[in-house]
Amino acid sequence: MTAPLDGAPVGRRVVLGLLGLGAVGVVTGSRVQEGLSRALAPIQLRDPTGLTSAIPVGDTWRYYSVTGPVEPRDASTYALDVSGLVDRPATYSLADLEGLPQTAFSDTFHCVTGWKVEDVPWSGVRVADLLESAAPTGDALGVRFRSFDGTYTVNMTLEQARADDVLVVLTMYGEPVTHDHGGPVRIYSGSMYGYKSNKWLSEIEVTSDNEPGYWEDRGYPLDGYIGE
Amino acid sequence: MSEARDLHRFARAERWVHRSVALLMGVCIVTAAILYNGSLMLAVGHRDAVETIHLWCGLALPVPMLLGAASAAYRADLRRLNRFSRDDRRWLRSRTRRDGIIPVGKFNAGQKLNAWLVAGSTGVLLGTGILLEWTGLVRLSWRAGATFVHDWFALGLGLLVVGHVVYAYRDPEARRGMRTGRVRRTWAEVEHGAWVEEADEAR
Repeated sequence: MTAPLDGAPVGRRVVLGLLGLGAVGVVTGSRVQEGLSRALAPIQLRDPTGLTSAIPVGDTWRYYSVTGPVEPRDASTYALDVSGLVDRPATYSLADLEGLPQTAFSDTFHCVTGWKVEDVPWSGVRVADLLESAAPTGDALGVRFRSFDGTYTVNMTLEQARADDVLVVLTMYGEPVTHDHGGPVRIYSGSMYGYKSNKWLSEIEVTSDNEPGYWEDRGYPLDGYIGE
Repeated sequence: MSEARDLHRFARAERWVHRSVALLMGVCIVTAAILYNGSLMLAVGHRDAVETIHLWCGLALPVPMLLGAASAAYRADLRRLNRFSRDDRRWLRSRTRRDGIIPVGKFNAGQKLNAWLVAGSTGVLLGTGILLEWTGLVRLSWRAGATFVHDWFALGLGLLVVGHVVYAYRDPEARRGMRTGRVRRTWAEVEHGAWVEEADEAR
């Protein structure tokens, strides 16, 4: 016959053990994750079922959307406006953008919450080139990237937007940008966290200020440089 | 008449804690699925709203567990859950654990283990969730670690909850115990024999 309160306090040990494991995981998890990713990347890339993306096994894309379902835009009718405080506002079709000088590089996509995807091949038109053709006026200070989901915006200073690694992206992984990744055309800003890289780009507006964009307005840093 | 054949199992406060935690946990799981799964996310969207609901339900999750401590019955059951006797260890290792030979008290060893795994995982998810929400708290590599931990513990806790629901689904009398606070004596004699003896002695 066992009295109810005999025995070791295993419950308390289980809780403390889990909390300790969690703390160790926070400190070492990014290295463990890298190891797992290296081991599992070949499997994930060739997994036709998509099941491996349902479990948190490695560094994989996580798809975000801040509005309801976003209506896909057709590549043939796509249009990008460059507007605001510029001498020469312009509207580019996808073919127009493809006709401009292309910049390509591979870079790691970092989310501010800590997940990342390494060695993503990006290519497209430098935002600097589009700004150059548009000729911002003397009182222009910032740019605002808008998305055709109708809600998402990103702010940058004019100087930040002119950096070499800020692209109007036309292809990812050598293919046209898919709808889920923000196609047909998205922004990629290599030095900044993912929230600074709009999906579903529809407009680049040159502004007289650097008013916070969507996530910046919800507390994320205005500049969003990786590592800060 | 059925009163005599019933045993009192859970106090009102305990049932309230259970119901509140179940509701919050359910909302956390549904919103987590939307936040985590790409197809669900793109179909539902509204990341900010889903995230806010997930965050607040997650922060609220330990509240009923802590408020329960105001009830003596809840505290007494926590003490029972905490202690693992030699019989509990034997029960966990046994392949014939359900045959009633190894004495089982108010909670069997599996229920005890589940309770603490859920409590500990909830604590870990709470801590890592806070690091993910307030991104200025720790540096990027720790945030990456927090994402890693939050993902795996969420998966583990999800499986514990699924297991818990499956066991509950299979046992209507156990569900009645949590719904009304009372269970049939005949059920308790099979599932928790040592507890019935203990209740009779206390009488």
